[in-house]
Amino acid sequence: MKLAALLSKTGLREAGPLLGLLVTWGLFAVWAGGTFTSWSNQELMLLQTAVVGTAAVGATWIIVSGGIDLSVGANIALSAMVGSMVMEDGHGFWLAAGATVLTGCVVGWLIGALVIGALLRVLLAGVSGGLVVWLTAGMGALWSLLLGTGVGTGVWFASVRLRQSLPLTPFIVTLGLWGALRGIAKGLGDNQPIYFETNETLSGLMEPGGMLPPGVWVLLVVAIVASLLLRRSVFGRHVVALGSSRETARLCGVNLPKTELRVYVLGCACAGIAAVMQLSYLQMGDPTTGQGLELKAIAAAVIGGASLAGGKGAIGGTLIGALIMTVVDNGCTKVRLDNWVQEVMTGVIIVAAVALDRWRQAK
Amino acid sequence: MTVAPSRLCVRALHKRFGPTHALAGVNLDVAAGEVHALVGENGAGKSTLLKALAGVHMADSGSMEIDGLMHMPADPSEAGAAGLAIIHQELALAPDLTIAENLFLGREPRRGLFVDRKALRTQSLTALARVGREHLDPDRLVATLPPADKQLVEIARALTQDVRVLVLDEPTSSLTQADVGPLLKRMRELASTGVAVVYVSHVFEELFAVADRYTVLRDGETVATGAMKDIDHDGLVAAMVGRNVEQLYHRSPCEPGDVALQLRSLAGRSLPVDATLTLRRGEVLGIAGLVGAGRTELLRCIFGLDEVASGEVTALAYDGWRSPRERWEQGIGLLSEDRKHEGLSLDQSLAENLWLPCLSGRANRGVLSGAKLEHDAGEWLQRVGVKFRDAGQAIQELSGGNQQKVALARLLAADCDVLLLDEPTRGVDVGAKAEIYKLIDELAHQHNKAVLVVSSYLPELLGLADRIAVVARGDVLPARPVAELDEHTLLNQMTVGRQAEGIA
Repeated sequence: MKLAALLSKTGLREAGPLLGLLVTWGLFAVWAGGTFTSWSNQELMLLQTAVVGTAAVGATWIIVSGGIDLSVGANIALSAMVGSMVMEDGHGFWLAAGATVLTGCVVGWLIGALVIGALLRVLLAGVSGGLVVWLTAGMGALWSLLLGTGVGTGVWFASVRLRQSLPLTPFIVTLGLWGALRGIAKGLGDNQPIYFETNETLSGLMEPGGMLPPGVWVLLVVAIVASLLLRRSVFGRHVVALGSSRETARLCGVNLPKTELRVYVLGCACAGIAAVMQLSYLQMGDPTTGQGLELKAIAAAVIGGASLAGGKGAIGGTLIGALIMTVVDNGCTKVRLDNWVQEVMTGVIIVAAVALDRWRQAK
Repeated sequence: MTVAPSRLCVRALHKRFGPTHALAGVNLDVAAGEVHALVGENGAGKSTLLKALAGVHMADSGSMEIDGLMHMPADPSEAGAAGLAIIHQELALAPDLTIAENLFLGREPRRGLFVDRKALRTQSLTALARVGREHLDPDRLVATLPPADKQLVEIARALTQDVRVLVLDEPTSSLTQADVGPLLKRMRELASTGVAVVYVSHVFEELFAVADRYTVLRDGETVATGAMKDIDHDGLVAAMVGRNVEQLYHRSPCEPGDVALQLRSLAGRSLPVDATLTLRRGEVLGIAGLVGAGRTELLRCIFGLDEVASGEVTALAYDGWRSPRERWEQGIGLLSEDRKHEGLSLDQSLAENLWLPCLSGRANRGVLSGAKLEHDAGEWLQRVGVKFRDAGQAIQELSGGNQQKVALARLLAADCDVLLLDEPTRGVDVGAKAEIYKLIDELAHQHNKAVLVVSSYLPELLGLADRIAVVARGDVLPARPVAELDEHTLLNQMTVGRQAEGIA
């Protein structure tokens, strides 16, 4: 009874998922024993969580705002392709990582701008930016990207006076981009992966070692910053208000288009960071990578207590949700369960988590 | 009328929700053929009683009978089968279906696999005739109907089944004065066909006009019941609140100050059409009008929620159209008529609802402190008399009256000088109403704020405002001092417009 009271306290939204994580982990610890509970396996599981976890942090922001992003997987593939092109040109890790994240942000801008209905401005900025990219393609991926983004941004802000008139639902916009971004990613590499001469920083990102691998630190830093922003910043509270009741937020003077656009840029920046890790993991640009990752990211957020109706969700819960899925994946492999068993289990967990959350709130 | 054996008979009904005793001994007798007024403040147990009747909640103890048969419905469909229908405040119609489809939803006349459209149409016309709306086309989409007709369609739907007890839960709250009369008349007619009508309302004028008998609930108990003709307005209020409400309305002397809001031929995209008015500090200006006349749209244009097509607005020192964000910054606040959708974000806490317009101003180098927000919110909430546990609790846990006070406190916390109040007492019980009236009076007459109040309840405007302007079909007529006005002249202006007597 005491536990139920503890769980129902609003401040402990993560308590339910956390309990779920402990139970799942404990189950496999007993079942699989030392091969599962060893430190190296914990490190491995954290690493396995890094990519989807980082993407899920962004997805949580978007879901809390009342939106959804189905294009996360395709966005990661595209961003990683751009990053590998920059690597291929020999610009080194930091410029490649920057280009990867920037690509994610550009995609976020595109989604957000379409969602808020600034069609004409998207068209102007997109066409001019795209044209610049195409014309400067000979200068290499990095310069082409920077110039294109610069011109696009300039046109976007210059056209601020144009009427914004045709809001689209995020589901439709990102369903479209889910296909389109994947297509562009394939086009960039002529349907082939892009290989590059690797570099130590990039390959070290996702390699076990030290106290924790760098990739795990990246996930933690992203999560902490995102969580603080969501809970303590004016922007974050505006996002929660927008997701809880759009009309109330509008009445209270929240700048809806600006807030919504920023949410998508921020959410997709997380996808861009996830793409850097994916790039490090694969050591090549693969246009087919990250398929189904968008659904995993959404599932992590939902297991962690986010509501697809908006307004509810916590970054901590999302991380736990992502970890639960990793534990199931990893644990099933350790006890040599077939792939299909783990897929069924993950599905059951998603539905059960939501049902539990509803039950807790109804009490 | 003679008191026939009861159609609906509720005895010693009890229901607990955890520590709350929502029903603590409710008795209710309603005879066939009568209109029975069920009154009580918000939280007195009316809605719990209705939910028990409808089978949404199971009572803990006590009995309910319809025509001598035990009535213990496990779900709403069982309640319906027993002959009990409830028309709720919030309409339960599917807007994208036609009138006919709504009337027979779930019970469509069939021909094999398909809906028998011909039978559906003729049966719909019969049903509509029973509520006096036979001129409506059954194939029309419900979304296109005015609120009054939606209400009647809903009643007609209830009547397509064998209804013995019809419960109307605040059916007039979304209707204008002009639509209320006909609805009350329909209710009387239905009662005369032998239906037992239970009428829940906060509007006493309607109860006195239509009801035969009354039952008053207070703190989950039946505290009074009797014939309507044996009790007056004050007696009913006293029974509800358990004390005498000395004076519902407060109006201190008005000393108009500087002009706070000036409109010159303001027109929105569709409404208002032509609004010219002046609002000064230290006064309460009432806006009267039928639903659809453009009262709400007028406020929304001023506040920047709706676009302005032409004309001029000057609010405080600022000319022209401004966004809601700028309006809050200027010291202008709007209280929405739609508390549940727009006025408040129900999932969020009291503190978050209170501070939403001025979060930026409350951040310390961009960082907000939840504890500080809640602490500061507590002070404002106490000042307007909200009954709450802590400022971090979700606002949906509060009663309607308390929710409305939070929405009102938001305007105070944002330090607004101009308050645009759209139906400030909608869905609020008598006790909370009196407190809100007192607050409005203090704000205008003691704290020198400029207050614009829209209300569809004329006694409220006449009791509260210093001047009243009528909106008729988007046209704002010149405001007149309240001493020159009464309900009759206002209604005349509202329905006739500029041609009404006494207006040049």
